[in-house]
Amino acid sequence: MDRIPILRLGPVLIVSVQGDLADAIAVALRHDVGDAVSSGGVTGVVLDVSGVAIVDSYLGRVLTEIAADSSLLGASTVVAGIKPAVAITLVEMGLRLDGARTARSLESAMAMLGLDVTLSPAPAVAASESGP
Amino acid sequence: MSVSTRPAALPVRSDVDLMAVREAARTAAAEAGFSLVNQTKLVTAVSELARNAVVHGGGGDVLVEPVQQGTRRGVRLVVSDRGPGIADIDEALTDGHTTGHGLGLGLGGARRLVDDFAIESAPGQGTTVTIAMWATAPGLTPIRPRLTVRS
Repeated sequence: MDRIPILRLGPVLIVSVQGDLADAIAVALRHDVGDAVSSGGVTGVVLDVSGVAIVDSYLGRVLTEIAADSSLLGASTVVAGIKPAVAITLVEMGLRLDGARTARSLESAMAMLGLDVTLSPAPAVAASESGP
Repeated sequence: MSVSTRPAALPVRSDVDLMAVREAARTAAAEAGFSLVNQTKLVTAVSELARNAVVHGGGGDVLVEPVQQGTRRGVRLVVSDRGPGIADIDEALTDGHTTGHGLGLGLGGARRLVDDFAIESAPGQGTTVTIAMWATAPGLTPIRPRLTVRS
């Protein structure tokens, strides 16, 4: 894998970071997110790291830099889905992800950025809830 | 079925080599019965140290070996390079101290993540950092970090 794909949903970019990253891939992602944000109309960036088992100080710094870049370009960044073991490790190392907000899940990250992605109730439930 | 892990020295010259080191440390930690949190801490610590060897030491190697003390199982990692060495180890261990492009958390951060940490370095002599982590039985107090500094 040379590049991490960046998806766009309305004004929000969604990046799903998975597995173990070579440093070069993380740096390429930083550049790609910057390009995508500056292409216009983007107000938020979600970095979903629920598939990342290790965040060392290098990757932590890249995530922080992506948040800082995006902020300068007018978009806010939410890091979503940090694994509990990764959170404990970051705290014990003394590493904070300054400048990025965090969310428990992709869905709550989207909500933080003003995009409601709550699934509509199934038709039968919707009928009984909406009433006559 | 059990597969015994043989000590393997892994070369580290690039960011791609770091991935192999993390993988080897993860496998050894899982085989030693570490909790997921302790696996993550050990792998993160060795990632910091191996990166130091690449960035500051011009490359080096990492030895991953299972260790046993009585019934306690653990993993020991030896990260060594033949780079310029460290003149002031205390200063290098201080958070925020950096000679490169990082946050200066690598060495001190790695020390906080593991049970045993020893560093041997001198100018012109390269740097060798040895860390170890032990599987802790539930309910036992974690072993206090122990620091040895020789220069």
